[in-house]
Amino acid sequence: MHTWTNIKAIMKRELGGYFTSPVAYVFLVIFLLLTGFFTFTVGNFFERGEASLVSFFTWHPWLYLFLVPAAGMRLWSEERRLGTIELLLTMPVTPWQAIVGKFLASWLFMILALVLTFPVWITVNWLGSPDNGVIIAGYVGSALLAGAYLAISCMTSAMTRNQVISFIVSVMVCLFLILAGYTPVTDLLVRWANPVFVQTIAAFSVMTHFDSFQRGVIDLRDVVFFVAVMGFALFTTGVVIRGHRAG
Amino acid sequence: MIKVEHLVKTFGTKRAVDDISFSVEPGEVLGFLGPNGAGKSTTMRVVTGFYPPTSGRVTVGGFDVVEEPIAAKRLIGYLPENAPGYADMTVHGFLSFAAELRGLAGDSKKKAIYKAVETCMLEGVLYQTIDTLSKGYKHRTCLAQSIIHDPGILVLDEPTDGLDPNQKHEVRALIKRMGERKAIIFSTHILEEVEAACSRVIIIDRGKIVANGTPAELKARSELAGAVRISTRSASAAALNEKLTPFAKRTEVLSEGAGGVAMRIYPVAGHSRDAEFAASIVELAQRENWKLDEIHIEEGRLDEVFRSITLPDTIKRAA
Ligand SMILES: Nc1ncnc2c1ncn2[C@@H]1O[C@H](COP(=O)(O)OP(=O)(O)OP(=O)(O)O)[C@@H](O)[C@H]1O
Ligand SMILES: [Mg+2]
Repeated sequence: MHTWTNIKAIMKRELGGYFTSPVAYVFLVIFLLLTGFFTFTVGNFFERGEASLVSFFTWHPWLYLFLVPAAGMRLWSEERRLGTIELLLTMPVTPWQAIVGKFLASWLFMILALVLTFPVWITVNWLGSPDNGVIIAGYVGSALLAGAYLAISCMTSAMTRNQVISFIVSVMVCLFLILAGYTPVTDLLVRWANPVFVQTIAAFSVMTHFDSFQRGVIDLRDVVFFVAVMGFALFTTGVVIRGHRAG
Repeated sequence: MIKVEHLVKTFGTKRAVDDISFSVEPGEVLGFLGPNGAGKSTTMRVVTGFYPPTSGRVTVGGFDVVEEPIAAKRLIGYLPENAPGYADMTVHGFLSFAAELRGLAGDSKKKAIYKAVETCMLEGVLYQTIDTLSKGYKHRTCLAQSIIHDPGILVLDEPTDGLDPNQKHEVRALIKRMGERKAIIFSTHILEEVEAACSRVIIIDRGKIVANGTPAELKARSELAGAVRISTRSASAAALNEKLTPFAKRTEVLSEGAGGVAMRIYPVAGHSRDAEFAASIVELAQRENWKLDEIHIEEGRLDEVFRSITLPDTIKRAA
């Protein structure tokens, strides 16, 4: 009964935290500029001559690599730095509610950023007639990807009270999750390692699972993968927080 | 209400809290004293459920803080050391957040915020963000948060730290007033505070309880307690000394001059104390024909007791 009220209160506070500082607006502007830049310039949106958002979504794993840890690095490290974690965890709130509330707030923020890219979608519909089903699948995949990265940032931010360290570690982990299934890397690895091994590693990569969303396929296995990454990272967050208190 | 039994909390190999037991009932204000690093804050963090105990048991209102943490936490209001607060929130936003987590909503939330703001006198800074508050106001904001749900139990870690003298006085009075109905634990380094607000005192040193009693009982442990101070113009210090020595453990001349002699006489340990000792001195004075201008029984001072209890090694070394 109290669970949802508690999660909501924590979520509301956290979201408010984004918007009371200029950080949120700076973040949103940078996010939109970068998506635009990658889509239209690097991604050759116009030269492709096709009505799709492939050039838009392709860049998301790389864009999120830096932007998502930046959005998530403060979640717990700030709480530890200020000492407010002591307040939060002595309230009649379970650590779970706090973790989920904070995570959902940052995820909602990322989803808001994603929603604000709608002009790209309008543009492509205005220029041609794309398969909007594919585009929706792309958005769903992108949101899940952001969620997975965020959960990882949540975990690394619980590990340290220093936001910079939290940011760097989380970029490293996310980078690993990209490279493990990034075609240029896997192609290189196959020369030395057992292909089965390479494939197994690649199965843990966000690239492998993100690709099918871009092709318009919402496969349950891919959804399960992202949800599992979030679940695992948030669970670890709980363990880390518990560890600090146990001393 | 609060029951702590054989509580131990270790950090690595360090025993921050080493087998502490005590209890606090409603209507009691328990003062926590002890040198820096004694384990006061650590004990409070275990009581409030922030740290799990290494061993031992803590129950709050009958709920074990490890097994039923949420039920226990509902009953407690907690002011952590250094009064943390969310830097980017306004005072009002912060209190509203605290109220929501305490399960307050709508009208009862509004009333609770209003009351806490009034009690802690925060009207002037209600819409200021916490990182722009002065230290004292930050402290009061966090204090307001701890009483917002009118809890039956209050755990306050150095509640008057950083407050100006007027505010210190206010907060002490507030603690005393709330202590009539609530069970309160608070820690402090200000000894007058203990005398002003506490019904009981515990002194902790290196994780262990080294003294436990009412402020009066503790003061009685002072060497000064029961000593008699006299002043007279009818005899010299040397003469007084000669006659008093058989009665006293030791005598101390406080001043000697045109205004006469002021002297403090310490009773022999275990021998007659307080009024009895003073009476025997009055008797002696009558026999010797001294005219006493003043006679006063010393009360004992907490700071002296505190020092003698928490600095035994240093004192032994000096002796
Ligand atoms: N999280 C922690 N990790 C390791 N050691 C700790 C931790 N918290 C406290 N300690 C140690 O436990 C001991 C007791 O600390 P505590 O904060 O309880 O002291 P205190 O009585 O509140 O002191 P003060 O009067 O300075 O506030 C100290 O030696 C401290 O270094
Ligand atoms: Mg302390």
